[in-house]
Amino acid sequence: MMADDPSVDARAAGSVVLSHTGGLHARPAIKLTKLARRFDCDIAIGVAAVGPWKDAKSIAQVLSMKVPVDTTLHLSASGPQARLALEAIIRLVESDFQGIETSEQSDA
Amino acid sequence: MPEARVAPMRLRAGSVASAGLACGPLWVLGSEIPLALADAPRSRMALERALQQARAELAALQSASIDPEASALLEFQIAMLEDESLLETAWQAIADGQTATTAWQRAIDVQLAEYVHAEDLYFQARSADLRDMRDRVLRCLAGRSAVGIPPGSVVLTRDLAPSVFLETDWREGGIALFEGSSRSHVAMLARSRNVPMLIGLVSAPERQDGYALLDAERGELVLDPDAADLADFGARRARSLSARRAGVAPTAAAPVHTRSGEHVKLLLNVADGRELEQIDVAHFDGVGLVRTELLLRTAAQLEDEQQQFEAYAAMVRWASGKPVTIRTLDAGADKPIPGYTIEEGNPFLGTRGVRLSLAAPGPLLVQLCAAARAAALGPVRVMVPMVTVPSELEAVRQLLDRAIEALLARSLAHARPALGMMVEVPLAALSIEDFNADFFSIGSNDLVQYLAAASRESGALAALQDPLHPAVLRLIRHVVKSATVRGIDVSLCGDMAADPRCVPALLDTGLRALSMAPAARAAVGGAVAAFSGALLSNPTD
Repeated sequence: MMADDPSVDARAAGSVVLSHTGGLHARPAIKLTKLARRFDCDIAIGVAAVGPWKDAKSIAQVLSMKVPVDTTLHLSASGPQARLALEAIIRLVESDFQGIETSEQSDA
Repeated sequence: MPEARVAPMRLRAGSVASAGLACGPLWVLGSEIPLALADAPRSRMALERALQQARAELAALQSASIDPEASALLEFQIAMLEDESLLETAWQAIADGQTATTAWQRAIDVQLAEYVHAEDLYFQARSADLRDMRDRVLRCLAGRSAVGIPPGSVVLTRDLAPSVFLETDWREGGIALFEGSSRSHVAMLARSRNVPMLIGLVSAPERQDGYALLDAERGELVLDPDAADLADFGARRARSLSARRAGVAPTAAAPVHTRSGEHVKLLLNVADGRELEQIDVAHFDGVGLVRTELLLRTAAQLEDEQQQFEAYAAMVRWASGKPVTIRTLDAGADKPIPGYTIEEGNPFLGTRGVRLSLAAPGPLLVQLCAAARAAALGPVRVMVPMVTVPSELEAVRQLLDRAIEALLARSLAHARPALGMMVEVPLAALSIEDFNADFFSIGSNDLVQYLAAASRESGALAALQDPLHPAVLRLIRHVVKSATVRGIDVSLCGDMAADPRCVPALLDTGLRALSMAPAARAAVGGAVAAFSGALLSNPTD
């Protein structure tokens, strides 16, 4: 769900429930940060709507959140591609990081 | 855009470990800058290069990996090493005056703190990945990775590991070290392969690229040379090359005789065998030492009998009927093999050489099988390093019996090689008559460092390691005399044998077989031919 007016690109915020088995492990976290880095905007990620916030483009910061499964991820972006970035990241999380869960089970 | 002119920078070296003139692009090998020469820009440069090298290593491992688990783990480490927010801690520590090593450790410690006490076991386990990653970068910072060194570079680093030397394609390049010792393994290898090498550099450059002239005649490294430097260097290089050609090519073929007409055997020291392509067997009486630990550098290679057999067989074929002396694995101390050697506090006095081989005899058995198979093609001698007491040699003899039995059972062509030993432990040298060996080879480098209790890795203690000290010569004379009386072949295979200044003293002890790096052959042959018998000033015995 998008909280901002989709026509305004400068800022965007949203949230999505992480349903990935095991939580936000290295492989989904790498996918998320790699995707985040493709967009021209700053993206903050946190497990509460009020923060604290981490840089969604940093694997070290995202992984260190140690997010367990069924957590609501809060995202907030600012910059020219803020809305596009949020939509893409939420899609990635909702799709359960498509295609990576097969080999993920063994390291849970 | 025209390049800005840069003034040449001249770095003085403490000494020359391998003479000659080298030139090529400068490659600063990861390498932590010594504390005394470090400042923030140089430390940052060192860490950047180490990170670059670590990423290249991981990417190479990843592309070779077929296991998706392993590949994902490597991808994680690469992603972490590219993470600016992680690196920011390190850059900040460097700006605060820390060395590259400390700064990197600090950055990873911050990360580790997030994981070591995590409740979720998955996240807790990530601390092992972080440590692995940390250690890889530290290894690169210590200059212990050859990955990415372009061929023909002038490599500038703190100290160089033998494995890095062997994995590098030197061509016209050379080595400049902040530390290092002329008696280290790398120095020996550099001399044998004619790679110019400077040690004890007294300052560090401000950049990590550009063209370099390494002058291991005058003891100087010149970065960004000007036209005058290049002209002078080119002229001296041409002279030195033609002098070398004149010195090596027309030397008399073996055998070589002293002025008084005695035959002296000149044998060849071999690292991994590749150097033999360039050498005419006519100049040597055989191979006096194959350093198999330089041939077998991974735990997997230790188990590969066929690969070893092929390497030894190539040497036996090259020797054309002359003997090839294969030293069994002398791993440990300054020649570690990951996954095989033991890390210990005082490695030169620890589990190395035959001690290590007997502690875990699997690899030795493989090696003995390979040597016995090569012996079917020509004379092979097996030489055991670091023997201290006779029972060690006897234990190897029993393993050789087992190897022969195994080859019989497998119906493979083989012959029993002669079994001899290195004489490098003072205790063995002093009780040499107790050993039942087919031959002895005096390892003067270790013998001298053990007699003087002074590490040969330490440049600062070089003065204590005098191979011409009367006590050293007296002990060599004792070994030679005892062996000669018993009719046992004896030779010497340390740096002394390659040093024309030591040759007269060695011949005076009665020694008549010297094993050396190929580059030393011409000078040693000359020293032998000039030897006329008794030394005028020799106080020994």
